Amino acid sequence: MKQSNFKAWLYLLPAILFLGVFMVYPLIDVFIYSFEEGYNSASQTVFGVGWYNYSYVLHDPYFLRAVKNTLILVVITVPLSTGIALLISVGLNSIKPLKELYQTVFFLPYVTNTLAVGLVFMILFKKTAYTDGMVNLLINWFGGESVDFIDGPYWAKMFVMCFYTIWVVMPFKILILTSALASVDETYYNAARVDGTGKWRIFTRITLPMISPMIFYLVITGFIGAFKAYSDEVALFGVNLNAAGMNTIVGYVYDMLYGDSGGYPSYASAAALILFAIVLTITCVNLLVTRKGIRA
Amino acid sequence: MKVRLEHLTKRFPNRNKKIKTEVTAVSDFTFEIPDGKLIGLLGPSGCGKSTVLNLICGLEKPTEGRIFFGDDDVTDLPPENRGVGLVFQNYALYPHLTARQNILFPLQNLKGEARPDKARMLEMVEEAAKLVQISELLDRKPSEMSGGQQQRVAIARALVKRPRVLLLDEPLSNLDARLRIQTREEIRRIQRETGITTVFVTHDQEEAMSISDMIVVMKAGILQQIGQPQDVYNRPDNLFVAKFLGTPPINVFEGKVKGGVLTIGEDEIMKVADTADRDVWVGVRPEGFILRENGPLCCKLIGVEVMGRDVSVVASHPACATESLRAIISAETQVDGAAHEVRFELQPRKLFLFDRETEERVPYRAL
Repeated sequence: MKQSNFKAWLYLLPAILFLGVFMVYPLIDVFIYSFEEGYNSASQTVFGVGWYNYSYVLHDPYFLRAVKNTLILVVITVPLSTGIALLISVGLNSIKPLKELYQTVFFLPYVTNTLAVGLVFMILFKKTAYTDGMVNLLINWFGGESVDFIDGPYWAKMFVMCFYTIWVVMPFKILILTSALASVDETYYNAARVDGTGKWRIFTRITLPMISPMIFYLVITGFIGAFKAYSDEVALFGVNLNAAGMNTIVGYVYDMLYGDSGGYPSYASAAALILFAIVLTITCVNLLVTRKGIRA
Repeated sequence: MKVRLEHLTKRFPNRNKKIKTEVTAVSDFTFEIPDGKLIGLLGPSGCGKSTVLNLICGLEKPTEGRIFFGDDDVTDLPPENRGVGLVFQNYALYPHLTARQNILFPLQNLKGEARPDKARMLEMVEEAAKLVQISELLDRKPSEMSGGQQQRVAIARALVKRPRVLLLDEPLSNLDARLRIQTREEIRRIQRETGITTVFVTHDQEEAMSISDMIVVMKAGILQQIGQPQDVYNRPDNLFVAKFLGTPPINVFEGKVKGGVLTIGEDEIMKVADTADRDVWVGVRPEGFILRENGPLCCKLIGVEVMGRDVSVVASHPACATESLRAIISAETQVDGAAHEVRFELQPRKLFLFDRETEERVPYRAL
């Protein structure tokens, strides 16, 4: 017994060591920093201990704007990307010719570099004094006026951001959903056909419940991923997200640490913990709803 | 409802796309199922019996031939317009629905005139559940039921719409041995009570023989023989049917008819008339052996197995097509297990001759 315990710990040692040093210790540290006022990493000094950092962050207009941006992004992209991915997967699953080709095409964004895609989007949506991007050319063609999506009104920038995020997260969802759809036993569909079930009813009463665990999985991971959005925004709007008014919570944390206005690890820690609290709450709610949904 | 199949043929394209030849699953099937009968479609795995079932229910379209329910030609109708109920081998109950919701499902699909109101639907579900005796299980999910109970729910789901024809695909293969016997009697009872023409597919000849009004024996997509179970057993048309029916299986010997005498190996068995001289396969049912001290068939004794009601004698014979042969004799007969040799007389009623080449049964008259 003793012997095997020792062995087990030995096998676990690398993982424990790495997780401990690079995950658990920093997490505890961040937690402590968030309560230490004016922590300075160079001199290792603090002014005092308390809730001041949280209060500062929650009153910082930049942070509130970041929270707003992130929430809009989450609320729009998660349901839309999951829904569209479901539509595309069902479509993919019901065609025979060129199925592999389409699958590859839909999966391409997943293996493409974020920054490269961001550049392409910038070119598509841009508007300068001399040239218009393709999207603006299209709008002009339909008789509309050019919109500066990258450096213009807030709603236009938000539109591009959501569009981009949906486009980037979709391949993974399509991949998961097509395999989930393919794994539904054919005999259920045969049984439904013999009973004269309509197509829509087959979809809502058989297909959806059968793949619901996968949909819930995608929604939960989608929420978490969208709350952590940052690099996509940099790819579109450049590093100075506050100036563009398109900062996200993770972007705010980064700026507080390393940005031009940075050098405040305490504020960054507090903001990170607030983000953690939000994600944890949403995930717990999600899990509760999921469990109820599966039981029903 | 009478079901008639006329020259039914189904060819599938080869799975390997490079091979252009087609696979024939069912070939020129013609037979009629009388109204209100229970038919067993019997054959080894891969002989096309499930394809026949899928053709009848409409999940597959025949390449050639027509299908009639009564006088209606249903060949081109989709499954939902044929009025068939189908029970799948793995039941295909929807796992996220309770038994009640599962049975209700086909009713909720009905549209317009045919759709009963909600109270009537629930009533119909109760009736179907009562018929298969699962009334107290209606609120359970399939995962909370045993295999036999799931089977009953599946049958209730197939019956609730009052189909013209009930089709069962290997209905008993997922049940354990005891439950299988119980359930097959249950299927028989339900079929009698409802009077619905029923076709069921099985590879288990005992199952088919025990409950069917008629059995249809298939091999490699080709119909071998149709008839009442006992008739087919007693008068198999060919060696395949003879081998396929009966447990323990029929014993096959190489034999010869010459000058009106049937010989197995060196042993002269009996005088036969009305048959030309030829090489034959001799099939002898296990119960066709009678132990006689001076019997014509001389075998080497391997062992004696006492199984209560009867005794099976395992022996070998040089002309036997298999390594050992098995004879079943009544338990009253004393067999000396230590003897090296046993001699049998063969009952002509249980002895069939098949042509060595065509394997068709050769009629003969024992003298």
